[in-house]
Amino acid sequence: MLPERPITPSTLSRKDLPWQIKWDINTCTKCGRCTSVCPVNAIELGVFRKRDVRPPMGLNAKPTTEFSTYYGIRQRTDPAYACIGCAMCNMVCPNNAIEPNRQYDSTTLEFQNNRGGQPRTRGGRRNNSESLLDQIKFIRISMLTDPALDAGRHEFDVRTLLGRVLSPEAEIKCYRENGWKPPVREIYPLVIGGMSFGALSPNMWEGLQMGVAYLNEEMNMPVRMCTGEGGCPPRLLRSRFLKYVILQIASGYFGWDEIIHAIPEMKEDPCAIEIKYGQGAKPGDGGLLMWYKVNKLIAAIRGVPKGVSLPSPPTHQTKYSIEEAVAKMIQSMSMAWGFRVPVYPKISASSTSLAVLNNLVRNPYAAGLAIDGEDGGTGAAYNVSMNHMGHPIASNLRDCYKALCVAGAQNEIPLIAGGGIGKHGNLAANAAALIMLGASMVQIGKYVMQAGAGCLGSEKDRCNVCNIGVCPKGITSQDPRVYRRLDPEKVAERVVDFYLSFDTELRKVFAPLGRSTSLPVGMSDALGISDKDAADRLDIKYVI
Amino acid sequence: MCRLFALTSRDPVSPMRAIDALNVMKEGHDGSGVGLFLSGLGGPWEELKEYPILSGIFTDEGLSRMSDYMTKNGFQPKYSATFTPDVEPPAGTPRRGAYASIAFKIPDGWKGMAEEQVSQNLVRMRLGLRAMGEESGDIMVFSFWPDTIMIKEVGDPLAMADYLKLDREELQARHILAQGRQNTNYAINLYACHPFFIEGISTMTNGENTAFVPIREYLMSRGVTGYQGYQSDSEVFTHIAHYTTKRLRLDISAYKHVITPMNDDEMRDHPDREFLSDLKRACRKLIIDGPNCVIGCLPDGSMFMAQDRKKFRPGVVGGNPELGIYGFSSEICGLNAAIPDRDRTKDFQPMHLDTAIVGPDCREVLQCSQKDPLRPQL
Repeated sequence: MLPERPITPSTLSRKDLPWQIKWDINTCTKCGRCTSVCPVNAIELGVFRKRDVRPPMGLNAKPTTEFSTYYGIRQRTDPAYACIGCAMCNMVCPNNAIEPNRQYDSTTLEFQNNRGGQPRTRGGRRNNSESLLDQIKFIRISMLTDPALDAGRHEFDVRTLLGRVLSPEAEIKCYRENGWKPPVREIYPLVIGGMSFGALSPNMWEGLQMGVAYLNEEMNMPVRMCTGEGGCPPRLLRSRFLKYVILQIASGYFGWDEIIHAIPEMKEDPCAIEIKYGQGAKPGDGGLLMWYKVNKLIAAIRGVPKGVSLPSPPTHQTKYSIEEAVAKMIQSMSMAWGFRVPVYPKISASSTSLAVLNNLVRNPYAAGLAIDGEDGGTGAAYNVSMNHMGHPIASNLRDCYKALCVAGAQNEIPLIAGGGIGKHGNLAANAAALIMLGASMVQIGKYVMQAGAGCLGSEKDRCNVCNIGVCPKGITSQDPRVYRRLDPEKVAERVVDFYLSFDTELRKVFAPLGRSTSLPVGMSDALGISDKDAADRLDIKYVI
Repeated sequence: MCRLFALTSRDPVSPMRAIDALNVMKEGHDGSGVGLFLSGLGGPWEELKEYPILSGIFTDEGLSRMSDYMTKNGFQPKYSATFTPDVEPPAGTPRRGAYASIAFKIPDGWKGMAEEQVSQNLVRMRLGLRAMGEESGDIMVFSFWPDTIMIKEVGDPLAMADYLKLDREELQARHILAQGRQNTNYAINLYACHPFFIEGISTMTNGENTAFVPIREYLMSRGVTGYQGYQSDSEVFTHIAHYTTKRLRLDISAYKHVITPMNDDEMRDHPDREFLSDLKRACRKLIIDGPNCVIGCLPDGSMFMAQDRKKFRPGVVGGNPELGIYGFSSEICGLNAAIPDRDRTKDFQPMHLDTAIVGPDCREVLQCSQKDPLRPQL
């Protein structure tokens, strides 16, 4: 530290930062790649001056002082530039001369994060390392009467229905009387959840779309992807690939002009329309696309000026109440596509989920309910929302499923669960657990970014800069200098890879349970957990 | 794996014929129990076709409580075939009291009531009696329906036949379902023992129904009187058969489309593809995930057998049209023992798409494939 540097209440030492740069003077070739790639400018080239005092032999001669100068890497201690631990410096270093190290005992930065009266806004993950879904075991192994199924050789039907399914009596009546049937899509139960075109970089979006198209057309897996708010590229709207896409409309209506105008030219209907009322990671809060990411392309697609922050209001600004909103939006969206497209709302898991569900049961046009739990990710949210708001998905989903069972509508309204699925990499196990708790399908966002594009975010507050457009991997940036790091072809390849792995793992879960001909939605007798309270709450077996 | 044997005959036969078949098939079951469904009754019951018969087990106190209950509801006993064993029960079988089959005269107030209403009332009364005996165990009721007797007990089938004197003339019947084991997957309970019964429909199953819990939840949410209990994962098969035929008013050949619908490839060229795919979606919760073999009997005396595609060793149907007798067996040796005098080349093993149906006339095995066009029923 320089002797003239002022010491104020908010000055921090390197020791106070959670991520410390370890730099090796001996192997560094001073190529400068690390400093140029650092997304938050946490490191800079430094000129160091060293004073060397040489005392001569004897008592008469005075010591001499020599000064030497050398160049190196300096970590900045300003909290605004604190290292986020993304390790891009290490990725580009030819000699592994530099890397960030996590310092677990330092929490000082947390007190200095909020500057200028502004609370911290960040993108990314929730930073809670616990996962109830990971604690659930599959205990009902079918060994009693026949050998367990062979996951590799048996025929499995791993598909689910998205859309309002009539009751058997109503279905037969409808067939006899040639009545109107709500549209139903038969899809793969793992859906890529809403991540908007503005939040994701064009390369990431293209990669995902390519991966989804490949899975559908080459692997016979009807995988669907939701657009998130912000519209859809015009070419995609007019292409045959639109049938693999769930279009999302949210409270900001961003991009919907474009979609509505494209309807007459659509060759295919979209898979479904999702009306977003809430997001699990920031329930009750609107989405926020910060100005850093609103470039010319995004501004054009969303129909807004470029370079302005785009907050979506927390509720639909045109609607008076959730009941009215659900009814009107579903009806008008259905009408727009001639009642040929399933329309369903997405809400944050909350204490009012049951009320919304109750609404849907009575609405003949409602195609499902997506529930997003607290563990989901977000492109931008306040720290306090992301870390402390929200309802866990498992219990909320279970409540909703049981409510459907009471109403006798458990086959009629599919529940789509999201939020924290596969947060520790156990995607198939988490998804299977949620399906057995009552979800007809599950949706994932963070997992796609991590597995499909190598997102660096972790549950230890690593990275988390999706919101400011400097994503080190180019996933959530709108800056071509950054996003061209991401190869769409490779993203597509990874998406296909993890879907196929997921499919195999899901069969490995279902087969020993003896399920192969239908998705085990609500097969709660297969689940056990060693936490008594959780077992009671979820109405599954308590096993120790 | 449970052993199942069913007989359907033009003339009444003794249930011992089915019990003997079970005994031949004993290898593979532990003789832990026996369940019998008898309909198309012969002997003294021939004249009492329209009187509902209450079948169950009663202690002395239970008998008087039952009698009070029936009287209170306006029912007068018409004929009774009560049997109280006078010997010590075989080891492992508890002494329970009287094994009763009592025909009742329907109260005058029920005359002119719609058939559906009468059925529901009978079910409600059976459930009322069952609930009365649930705690003390002095009343156990298995069926309350015209021309139907059900017997269930814990123990080896042959020993039980001896103990309960099942060769009595009053137990001769045209349609017999017999199952030779107690419940496996869940706790031992007479109500969990096959066959199961509701409104004239009875089925029994062997295998394991892994989709039991979602199906149970679905059936219980249908609001149908009598969809309750579920001590066994196989009870749902009876209720699905009931739901398919009575609620959806579909033919029994559609039962298989409900429990094991065809996959997309199989359905592709089907003339009723549109209806079947809608039915598959609407009844998705009733899809069983076996392996299971289901044998059942309908109110008109038709008997059927179906199994899902995971059943590696299907059951067999065979018989003699001249003698007017057909057997449905989970093992071929059982069929050989019960009906040795038949053309074995005409034995039919229904595979994963088939339902075998023998009508009440016992003339032929009707082979329905799911690939066939649906019978006119809509």
